Amino acid sequence: MNLTLKVWRQENAQDAGRFEEHQLSDVSADSSFLEMLDQLNERLESAGESPVVFDHDCREGICGACGLMINGQAHGHRARTTACQLHMREFSDGETITIEPWRSGSFPVMRDLMVDRSAFDRIIQSGGFISVNTGSAPEANLIPVPKEKSDAAFDAATCIGCGACVAQCPNGAAQLFTAAKVGHLGAVPQGDPEADQRVVNMVEQMQEEGFGSCTNHRECEAACPKGISISWIAGLNRGYLKAKLRGVDRRS
Amino acid sequence: MGARITSPSMESAPMNRAAALYRSAIFKKAIMAITGMVLFGFVLSHMTGNLKIFQGAEKINHYSEFLREFGQPVLPYKGFLWIMRLGLIGAAVLHIWSAIALTLDNRRARPKNYELRRPVQMDYASRTMRYSGFIVAGYIVYHLLHLTSGQAHPDFVHGDVYSNLIIAFQNPLVAAIYVVVNILLSFHLYHGLWSMFQSLGIDHPAVKGLRRPFAATFAVVICLGFIAIPISIVTGLIQ
Ligand code: HEM
Ligand code: SF4
Ligand code: FES
Repeated sequence: MNLTLKVWRQENAQDAGRFEEHQLSDVSADSSFLEMLDQLNERLESAGESPVVFDHDCREGICGACGLMINGQAHGHRARTTACQLHMREFSDGETITIEPWRSGSFPVMRDLMVDRSAFDRIIQSGGFISVNTGSAPEANLIPVPKEKSDAAFDAATCIGCGACVAQCPNGAAQLFTAAKVGHLGAVPQGDPEADQRVVNMVEQMQEEGFGSCTNHRECEAACPKGISISWIAGLNRGYLKAKLRGVDRRS
Repeated sequence: MGARITSPSMESAPMNRAAALYRSAIFKKAIMAITGMVLFGFVLSHMTGNLKIFQGAEKINHYSEFLREFGQPVLPYKGFLWIMRLGLIGAAVLHIWSAIALTLDNRRARPKNYELRRPVQMDYASRTMRYSGFIVAGYIVYHLLHLTSGQAHPDFVHGDVYSNLIIAFQNPLVAAIYVVVNILLSFHLYHGLWSMFQSLGIDHPAVKGLRRPFAATFAVVICLGFIAIPISIVTGLIQ
């Protein structure tokens, strides 16, 4: 395949950045999107130019490191697929592909296509855990968990923290991510005792990070590579409002 | 942009509690949903009341008087009406305040926009909420001056709702404004009546599947109920 790539280049967080165009030929339809970028980078490097920086790690859709706005859609147009699992056969020969970093004030661009998603880490640190004493692993059947609850918790737990929800949302809202994390822990008995404190801490940290807020466009759900449902956002809203009615304030 | 500094956690004091709520987008959205519901309740009953025009002059004029006398002698003349009016003004102010505050925050959340953006499943109604809402707000002011207090009406007679309506809508331009704005209102409701469940966290499996049909049904019912009047008058069906 022959492609025209319109790629965002930016030296560092302060640089204004610009688009750069590259022609790439002999791209295998079986290569993944990231392999296609590797091919571009090999060429750039052998020509003595600096390679395009992008985040990646597992390349099998489970770590959440990769994240690219491909032709105006987070992770590209294929539903429930991370950028690393997107294959070039999804594109047509001769196509121009526009590649941009996630755009959010809370995800500053570090370089080219790589953004700083530590805002998500701080949301998790504020309450995305269950407080238990560590030691040897407890007996698995000690705490009975109803099947529907464990299924629901597993659904929410598939969130890989990639940030596509924020990237795709017209408001740059992080509610789908936060809802998945709050919901996953709150769904099981182990997470229940801290549920109110958790939702208040995490929602208020999300707010402090400067993310936008949900207007129910459902774009996040469509972009999410793991198909996290906006039902979790309804649950987040309900959980937060209830905890506030019960007088729960943020605590660290 | 650049590194963000997170502020230390807040102490549990009532002022901080109020400040946290005031900052909270989820809380503002809940205000928007509740006030939206109040406005919807009004719009629905207003639409139903207006349909009395199809029962003739006497019925609708009587209805207008009934609203003024309701609650007497416990309340003074027009007492009930003013309680309703103040409640609605309060709801409208809070609704618009939360809409503006959230919109500004959301703009700030993405200082630099994409070169290319392809929305996947947001619909026309959801993306035009601000515009449909804003136009409806402007229309409400005109509508009050037109058919409540009469300054914007060519020949207004207090208490004679029937002839005020007939004279108003014999002007095709005025009838067209009413029809267009009420279609916009129905778009606003199509998204809003669904969205409010989501904002308030109402998605129990028993109601979840009914949220969209509920919103669509009332958006259409309210639109048809309202536009039936200007259309019937401008086409001479009622004279
Ligand atoms: C007066 C000017 C108005 C403005 C500026 C306005 C603006 C808005 C905005 C921006 C939203 C949020 C939409 C979203 O989240 O995507 C909204 C929601 C809503 N509006 Fe309005 N609106 C107005 C009037 C009305 C009226 C007259 C009604 C009722 C008949 C109404 C009913 C609703 C409802 C039910 C919602 C849903 C609340 C939610 O999303 O939780 N609005 N409005
Ligand atoms: S909710 Fe989906 S889109 Fe958002 S961070 Fe998690 S996996 Fe990515
Ligand atoms: S690189 Fe791990 S999910 Fe794409």
